[in-house]
Amino acid sequence: MTLQRTGNTFSRINLSMHSKLAACVTLVAAMSSSAMAEVLDIEVTNLTQGIYFTPLLVTAHPDTADLFSVGDTASSEIQAMAEGGDISGLAMLADNLGAQTLENPAAGLLAPGNTTMISDMSTGENDRLSIVAMLLPTNDGFVGLDSWKIPDTAGTYTLYLNAYDAGTEANDEIINGGGAPGVQGIPANPGENGGTNASGVTSIEANQMIHVHRGNIGDTEVAGGISDLDSRIHRWLNPVAKVTVTVK
Amino acid sequence: MNGVRNFLNRTTNIKKPVSQRKGFRLVAILCASLLLAACSDDDSVAKVAYEVEVVNLTHDQPFSPLALRAHNAAFEAWKVGESASLGIEYIAEAGDNSVFLQTASSKNSATGTGIIGPGETSVVDLNSKVTDLYLTAVTMLVNTNDAFAGITGLDLNGMRIGDEKVVYLPVYDAGTEANSELAGTIPGPADGGAGFDAERDDVDFVAMHPGVVSRDDGYTESVLEGSHKFDGPAAKLTVKRIN
Repeated sequence: MTLQRTGNTFSRINLSMHSKLAACVTLVAAMSSSAMAEVLDIEVTNLTQGIYFTPLLVTAHPDTADLFSVGDTASSEIQAMAEGGDISGLAMLADNLGAQTLENPAAGLLAPGNTTMISDMSTGENDRLSIVAMLLPTNDGFVGLDSWKIPDTAGTYTLYLNAYDAGTEANDEIINGGGAPGVQGIPANPGENGGTNASGVTSIEANQMIHVHRGNIGDTEVAGGISDLDSRIHRWLNPVAKVTVTVK
Repeated sequence: MNGVRNFLNRTTNIKKPVSQRKGFRLVAILCASLLLAACSDDDSVAKVAYEVEVVNLTHDQPFSPLALRAHNAAFEAWKVGESASLGIEYIAEAGDNSVFLQTASSKNSATGTGIIGPGETSVVDLNSKVTDLYLTAVTMLVNTNDAFAGITGLDLNGMRIGDEKVVYLPVYDAGTEANSELAGTIPGPADGGAGFDAERDDVDFVAMHPGVVSRDDGYTESVLEGSHKFDGPAAKLTVKRIN
């Protein structure tokens, strides 16, 4: 899933995580698997230099459901988050599952290079952790952690998250305030460092399943061109977020 | 001189009350009169040594000479979201690691001797001591404005002689120079332009690099071509403990 890249990129963290996961597996086998309430500290860092995260949804939930799955169609709640940054629908879904959810820990946008911290989040009876937020400026890009198994063993675990495309809107890269589900366009460019009056990169969304985002194209035209995004500022390479989870 | 220094350190490491230490007076005199610097640079700490191999995995981004520095757990050469140090700025903009390495002791830092071309492998030896078991390795992707590949704080604890550790290096953007890709701004062979510029005309914090655009991707003023594009990881780093 989302974390595989860690193995290539930062093996120090990966090694320690593996050994802890191995320990965790042993422990679970010995104890049978009933999720116990745990207390987590969570740090989320926006690793990009030009992309904002809309208010984050951080939720500990049962393994019987997930917020999103790559290769599946986005739910209407994921669509609302990915196209407009609206996490209220996802929060309600999570509540109905008995999840422990924190909305908007950064109190607004998480700007490029910034970190937000969550202290003492109780998991209740839940053993999975998911995190989502829309990426701005994109049409329907989002950063996501999908149903990460919360380890039983106390320790610090580092995860790197990729950018996904919800597959619900063509990536035309036109900033026009269009943030409601099904409304074409990018709702906002918080850095105010793009262009205007673009003709649009594309009107087609070939892959309508949730998939790894191919990145913004952009151009260098202040007025006109194909994109309202700046190709020198609004692109990214994965991973886009670092998450540090401390199981207490 | 070395003999005196070793004697001095051995003596001061004996766990006895000062009054019982034979030679204490001599040590004190030597220390005060000759070797104050040596006193703070404790040579009695056991030495370790590594062979560090880097492979350039990019298509067309030569690397500047690899800078290596061993240090303790507290040191971080850069941090995402924070302003790059002057030493990192020099590496990221000009491929010049001398300022970065000036702040380290020559006893636990090292530099490669030349440019590492795409597909090439370079090996640099690094000496350290058992109190400095964390590694920072950093190199510039020279056909960029201010991109560097590296890792800081790689934990080498627990490695025995002969052990190897492999990591893949992501590409960071120093945030000290805008990614203009314009002629005259890129020191590598794609341009032959300027390296270091003290002015910081970008966001002034380190983050993951967004990649280069290039003229083949619609940025007609760019001096870069499609060949200069890259993705992470940009390098494979193998650390082998040899002593």
